[in-house]
Amino acid sequence: MKSQANPQNTSAATISERATRRSLTDVFKNWELLLVVLIIIVVLVNTRLSPYFLNAKNISRTSSDFMEIGLMMLPMVFIVVTGNIDLSVASNMGMSASFMGLLHNMGVNIWLAALAGLALGTLGGVLNGYLIAKVKLPSLVVTLGTYAFFRGIAYGFLGDQAARNYPAKFTYLGQGRVGGSLIPVSVAIFIGLAIIFGIILHATKFGRHLYAIGNNEEAAKYSGVPIDKIKFSLFVISGFMAAFAGLVLAARFGSTRPDNGTGLELAVITATVLGGVDIDGGKGSMYGAVLSLLLIGLLRFGMGLVNIQSQVQSTIIGLLLIVSIFLPHIGQRIAANKATRFRWKTVLAVVGIIALFVLFFVFFFWSRAPVLAEI
Amino acid sequence: MTDQETSIGKQVPRQKLNLLELFSRFREVGIIVFIAILVVAVSLRAPSFLTINNLTDILMNISIMIIVAMAQTMVILTGGIDLSVSSVIGLVAMMVGFTLSANSGIPDIAAVLLGIALGAVLGTFNGLIITVGKVPPIIATLGTLSIYRGLVFFYSQGTWINAFELPQSVKLLSKGKPLGVPNLIIIALLIAALTFIFLKFTRVGRNIYAVGSNADAAEFAGIRPQRIKLLVYVLSGLISGLAGVLWLSRFESAQTNSALGFELQTVTAAVVGGVSTSGGVGTIPGVLLGALLLGIIQNSLTLIQISPFWQLAAQGLLIIIAVVSDKLISKRIVRSK
Amino acid sequence: MSEIILELRNISKSFSGVEVLHNVDFSLKTGEIHALLGENGAGKSTLVKIITGFHQPSSGEIYFDEERVSFNDTRDSRDVGIAAIYQELSLFPDLDVAENIFIGRQPLNNTKMVDWRKLYAEAKKLLDSLGVKIDLKQKARNLSIAEQQMVEIARAFSINARVLIMDEPTSSLTLNEVEDLFRLVRNIRKNGTAVIFISHRLEELFEIADRVTVLRDGSYVDTKPIAETNREDLIRMMVGRSISEQFPKIEVPPSDVVLSVENLSNGTTFGDVSFELRRGEILGFAGLVGAGRTDVANTIFGIRGATSGTIKLDGQTVSITSPRQAMALGLAYVPEDRLQHGLIPQMNITKNITLPRLDRFSQVGWIQIRSENKEAFEVACQMEVRATSIQQKTRELSGGNQQKVVLGKWLSTNPRILILDEPTRGIDVGTKAAVHMLMTKLAAEGMAIILISSELPEILGMSDRIIVMREGYITAEFSREAATQEKILTAATEDVRTRIQQ
Repeated sequence: MKSQANPQNTSAATISERATRRSLTDVFKNWELLLVVLIIIVVLVNTRLSPYFLNAKNISRTSSDFMEIGLMMLPMVFIVVTGNIDLSVASNMGMSASFMGLLHNMGVNIWLAALAGLALGTLGGVLNGYLIAKVKLPSLVVTLGTYAFFRGIAYGFLGDQAARNYPAKFTYLGQGRVGGSLIPVSVAIFIGLAIIFGIILHATKFGRHLYAIGNNEEAAKYSGVPIDKIKFSLFVISGFMAAFAGLVLAARFGSTRPDNGTGLELAVITATVLGGVDIDGGKGSMYGAVLSLLLIGLLRFGMGLVNIQSQVQSTIIGLLLIVSIFLPHIGQRIAANKATRFRWKTVLAVVGIIALFVLFFVFFFWSRAPVLAEI
Repeated sequence: MTDQETSIGKQVPRQKLNLLELFSRFREVGIIVFIAILVVAVSLRAPSFLTINNLTDILMNISIMIIVAMAQTMVILTGGIDLSVSSVIGLVAMMVGFTLSANSGIPDIAAVLLGIALGAVLGTFNGLIITVGKVPPIIATLGTLSIYRGLVFFYSQGTWINAFELPQSVKLLSKGKPLGVPNLIIIALLIAALTFIFLKFTRVGRNIYAVGSNADAAEFAGIRPQRIKLLVYVLSGLISGLAGVLWLSRFESAQTNSALGFELQTVTAAVVGGVSTSGGVGTIPGVLLGALLLGIIQNSLTLIQISPFWQLAAQGLLIIIAVVSDKLISKRIVRSK
Repeated sequence: MSEIILELRNISKSFSGVEVLHNVDFSLKTGEIHALLGENGAGKSTLVKIITGFHQPSSGEIYFDEERVSFNDTRDSRDVGIAAIYQELSLFPDLDVAENIFIGRQPLNNTKMVDWRKLYAEAKKLLDSLGVKIDLKQKARNLSIAEQQMVEIARAFSINARVLIMDEPTSSLTLNEVEDLFRLVRNIRKNGTAVIFISHRLEELFEIADRVTVLRDGSYVDTKPIAETNREDLIRMMVGRSISEQFPKIEVPPSDVVLSVENLSNGTTFGDVSFELRRGEILGFAGLVGAGRTDVANTIFGIRGATSGTIKLDGQTVSITSPRQAMALGLAYVPEDRLQHGLIPQMNITKNITLPRLDRFSQVGWIQIRSENKEAFEVACQMEVRATSIQQKTRELSGGNQQKVVLGKWLSTNPRILILDEPTRGIDVGTKAAVHMLMTKLAAEGMAIILISSELPEILGMSDRIIVMREGYITAEFSREAATQEKILTAATEDVRTRIQQ
């Protein structure tokens, strides 16, 4: 029944060059507006909770903690816009950094080692890209496999050892500041790259093609969009950026362990999706993703200041992710369901479910009463 | 009743049973061949591979994976995914562990039921976010993966459960051998058999396939897709809850990082076993073989003395090879038609 | 046999203030086949959705078995025995034929387990009684569209549907398959099932329908027994004026060959295809669905590869491995499936129109929004696209306007060779005529056009030459003068492969 005309425009005999109705961009502006509002709330609450929050030095120090996530997020936005996903980024990061560390331990010049790390990460991206674009396997399956493969190689390189004692020239990448300012080098690099990635996504042919693929890959193909080339290059870029993030992490820590960055892929995807990029592809913006990274960063920073464990922080970020998608839907449903009749069954179900969760938490606290009572 | 027969579909498919046809009808054949090659190759290099002890070891090591892979399969069949299973295991193991250590005299069966109930609540939460809140499954369970893990940290407050804090009977829940084989293996096979029957022989089970195959059509056929989806997430939580208690029993401890990363193993078992991530396709025997393949790979890498540090890499590589060869075979099948 | 089973009185429906149905009456008798006719946007689909309970009427009453009813969702209508077969088929591709028929109602044994043996036995009995031969264990994914429809009808039949709604069931079938479908429909009608039949193909209605109800712009026009009306009459009722059904074909003198295809094969769906295409010529491709016509077009346009054969442009052998390359060589392809392959429905008109040639508006990849919009606006105006603005998403447009966007998109690439694959399927009479006018104009300007169509009047009316394909091979070629409906049908279905040399 899709061929049915939309009733609202059958009467319009002419066409206008300008948009008259809400367009795509308006919807996204709302999302980004929501992020900005949340950021402001977080800043206000945190400022009240801790006097150290608005301290420039603190902010400067913390901001570099999120740059690895940010660097991997940039290509992830591209990939998710096309309706794909890369679960292997954090493993690739570990692999590349471990390779660099291994070479460094063997006495290779640090810059050569870093270059080799970048090359290996890019090669990892080539493997992903080949399997996805040429062998035509789903990206979720491929990167699930390379997720284990790359991490395994990282362990293979370093075992239970760590690489340390990187020269100061190198650690400057992760620990240094630009000139005499308070801006960390990694943050400056991220901002520069974010602008470039944003321009590519929103103002170029390549970016337009990404949205076309994410919305309707087949139609894009029929219109001459080089699907395979684009997909391949996306995963290569992602591999390169993951390797680069690995170098930044190594420079920040001053050491490399093979388990570096474990689990970060989830943080990267969280930042991407919270930024309004549709996991099914076709929608999203780079500034939304950057705003969400900022939001997550501020939130974690604030929670750290009031001494919330980092794993518990993850809980709150996870909750934020779900609520951010959940709430708009619930609102819509309530608005749409106003007219429907009142049903006892529904009420009973809701009460039952609430009771279930209440019981769960009653038990949760009761079974640990002596310990949890102290906090 | 009919005057004439319709001409459509008159060409009855040729009954040509070649190898490719076999592969297309039973995707499991591919994994069996792969397993066979692996078994032969490894037993040539390490004769200890084909001993009862070692085989029991393999089964013991994949039992919990099999149990959770059953849950994961049901979820993937509807076109979803449940990444939170590992955190459910961790949280349930921790909560049951502390309950057992603080209250002596709790019967084992109560501990098991407690674990199942806790898991079911967590699964219900997942299911509601996905069905009522319309959050895509991968996002929703990615979120609860970190939420539930965070609850583990909050709950434990930096402590953990040790072997000596657990009653002996709970440890025997998985390791006892009243039937000659460790209980855990029997439980795993039992769960697999139940899941098989559920998916193959009940209407609800068939509806799971229908929803994953075409949710809109299911709606038209009188199936309520949202209810089916809610159900699979509740079942997934419930089974993961059981797995949490078994985890506690098998490893005799509950730590903040228990089962960390386990979710991807269960997805891998299902995918290697031929379950399509887009839903609607996959069988329980296939998943069992997938889990077995993973177990054999893990085991044989140790036996042929590959450095433990390279084992994860070899495992990942073999998964990729398995998936790629499966894809290439099915491509050949399509082309030969 | 003729009592009224379903009656709609004074049905009106508004969406956000816009009235799409206005006081529509409709009545359906048991055992009749009732055609519902109207242009796109006339309200047919909305009416059907009200009958199935998908939408609720803003005002008006529905009577089923002479009792007042209200359908709150599709379940309510199904419970009284209303079944619908939509254009988007609602089978389960991963389940087999037998289970597709009985999904949700599988026979159970006494332990409440699905009794597979009984399920296959019952499915076999059902299909036999309907005279349909399909492998019961075949997955629905592997069935042809015609077979899938048969399965859907069997399913509706098995739940004793008393009203069966068929929304354009014939749009992707070929004449032979349509005959089979009609035989099946007549079969189930004998049991008293009433059928609501929606189609754009007027000829079919005279063959199958008992009565016809015409809607126009959301209003009820008339209901007549089919025997008391004729084609011109129906068109007048549909459009409110009479449209000449002459195909606006101008004879163009033969010119030089631009495209020649020699012995093209892809190894599976077609083989040994050879033909020539001249400037200013419209070359028709007739045949059954699945005869390989679309695959030939796909291969020429570089979407799928060939295993052997050559393609020559202006006498020069070319190798086309991607649509991008085909475009650069001056080819354009308007695909059969508008929403899957033709458009990106979530994107607006501008972005759809400019997608194949963003290069023209880009400098070093940077898109110049202003010139892009200007160009898209001009194209949309030329094609007379009806929309609120060029920023409107294409999924909100009617089928005819969507097709105009697709045509505009490809024409703006200035092709020398245009391949049109079922260009008028599922679009209204007015737009259809416009498309035919456009084809004539383009051919007169020297464009070479390949027209793939399953509608024989269109092929006969528009083509200079007609090639007929059957099971992947060319079986006949006719000049415009020599071609008749019968000859084409014979060539499209006959068993002996007689390839006629040019």
